[in-house]
Amino acid sequence: MEKQEAVKSKKAVSAAASGTKKMTMETDIHKISASRRAVSGIWKGLMIASFVLIMALLIFLIGYICYRGLPNITWQLVSSEPSLLTETDGILPNILNTIYIVIMTLVIVLPLGVGTAIYLNEYATNAKLVAIIELATETLAGIPSIIYGLAGMLIFVQFFSLGTSLLAGSLTLVIMTLPTIIRTTQESLKTVPDSYREGSLALGSGKWHMIRTVVLPSSIDGIVTGCILAIGRVVGESAALLFTAGMANKIMNFGQALTPGNAGSTLTVALYMYAKERGEFDIAFAIAAILLILTLIINFSAKIVANKLKVKK
Amino acid sequence: MASIIEVKHLNLWYGDHQALKDINIDIPEHKITALIGPSGCGKSTFMKTLNRMNDLVKNCRIEGDVRLNGHDIYKDMDVNVLRKHVGMVFQKANPFPMSIYDNIAYGPRIHGIRNKAQLDEIVERSLKQAALWDECKDRLKQNALGMSGGQQQRLCIARAVAVEPTVLLMDESTSALDPISTAKIEELCTELKENYTIVMVTHNMQQANRISDVTAFFLLGELIEVGETKDVFLNPKNPKTEEYISGRFG
Repeated sequence: MEKQEAVKSKKAVSAAASGTKKMTMETDIHKISASRRAVSGIWKGLMIASFVLIMALLIFLIGYICYRGLPNITWQLVSSEPSLLTETDGILPNILNTIYIVIMTLVIVLPLGVGTAIYLNEYATNAKLVAIIELATETLAGIPSIIYGLAGMLIFVQFFSLGTSLLAGSLTLVIMTLPTIIRTTQESLKTVPDSYREGSLALGSGKWHMIRTVVLPSSIDGIVTGCILAIGRVVGESAALLFTAGMANKIMNFGQALTPGNAGSTLTVALYMYAKERGEFDIAFAIAAILLILTLIINFSAKIVANKLKVKK
Repeated sequence: MASIIEVKHLNLWYGDHQALKDINIDIPEHKITALIGPSGCGKSTFMKTLNRMNDLVKNCRIEGDVRLNGHDIYKDMDVNVLRKHVGMVFQKANPFPMSIYDNIAYGPRIHGIRNKAQLDEIVERSLKQAALWDECKDRLKQNALGMSGGQQQRLCIARAVAVEPTVLLMDESTSALDPISTAKIEELCTELKENYTIVMVTHNMQQANRISDVTAFFLLGELIEVGETKDVFLNPKNPKTEEYISGRFG
């Protein structure tokens, strides 16, 4: 090992030092390998330090939220709506709204996003057009969410007169999560070998049949990954929903959630309201802890689904 | 010899590059036709015009007349129907990532066969035709990607014959296999020609000599010589054919 290093450094140095001054080979080798070892040691140390820092931050964050939040989660909190009469707090409406908005958003964004990705990867022949659409989706992905909120308010709330409502909120989130679904689906479609496509077509299959029976089953894990990311963004979103979905805390059934004009706040919006407007940090941390748990459950269940659906390669 | 495919004045361009120049050839029924020639001579390209796989290639332009049983395949036939009649086995085995059973049933299902008993019968018959039944009858539900390379290629042959094509195209289908698997597939081909017409591209002169009835020699996009295999190998009419077969270039 050391021998190899020595040979390498000798070559490098003889190239650099030739013409300036002659050094004996022995001193030369030791000098260089020592300094190289030092440099590589420093880099390694820096990387370990950043890893430790990130892990410490993560553990502190999770630990602190659980420490402040978990003791405040009571059955009454998660099973009722807030009441001024009894002066009790409840976040059941917010939990339900979050679930409604995730379902509504996914139901709309999945066919749109997966369909766009299939079109771009399997049907589109104009390379320039594909490049433009890809650039557009990438740009969309980078826009701050408050701008989606503003646009959603103007388009869905006012122009389509859906009012401040869960429906308007989830339509806004559809536009926000569309790029994520398109990109992840497209990436996984690209990993399906062309030999599968040729094999299917050579048997006389039509194009759509080929996509449905061979291409999509092979890329299902990528689509599920896109779903996880999209759900994560929906659950974590507050800025885009402040203007579009509103701040009401009333229990609704799914039918009411679909009706234009029925506003409702999700957990993140409620968290913002409790912390910022009312200064009730105990409830805010309880919501934060619930959000953490919810995200974990969603991620794990999506992974399980992906493993079940995944075609063994 | 009755011919099943008739090709007249076939020209093909990839963009500006002319890959096939005025090809005229008749493919005889229930025979094995071998297409030989150095890499890039157009033999694979020619074969792919027979089931229109070149349609998938961008900027590919085809002129001329290709007839299957008298029907112009570029004008009178639906491409999916054509590909049912003209099956293809690729150079690299490409089983789908599904069970052995589903791989074989894939083609018949496309063409509307849903009946379980009928599918069972097709799967068994196709695997027997591909000499694979004994090896995998107990693991039909297992993933096809777990099979060996030679088995996978025979599975692809079984998958192709499951839709009962008239013609079977084989694109260097043994080039990635070991000698034993190759021998099995060659033996298979000579059995299959009872029911099918086989067109194969091969780089292996011995293979062409061993199993084919008719040999066609391509060079730089032109069909130099075509005839009965023993004539082409023993008394080539064109000096270029002789040079290639005897290994002086290529």
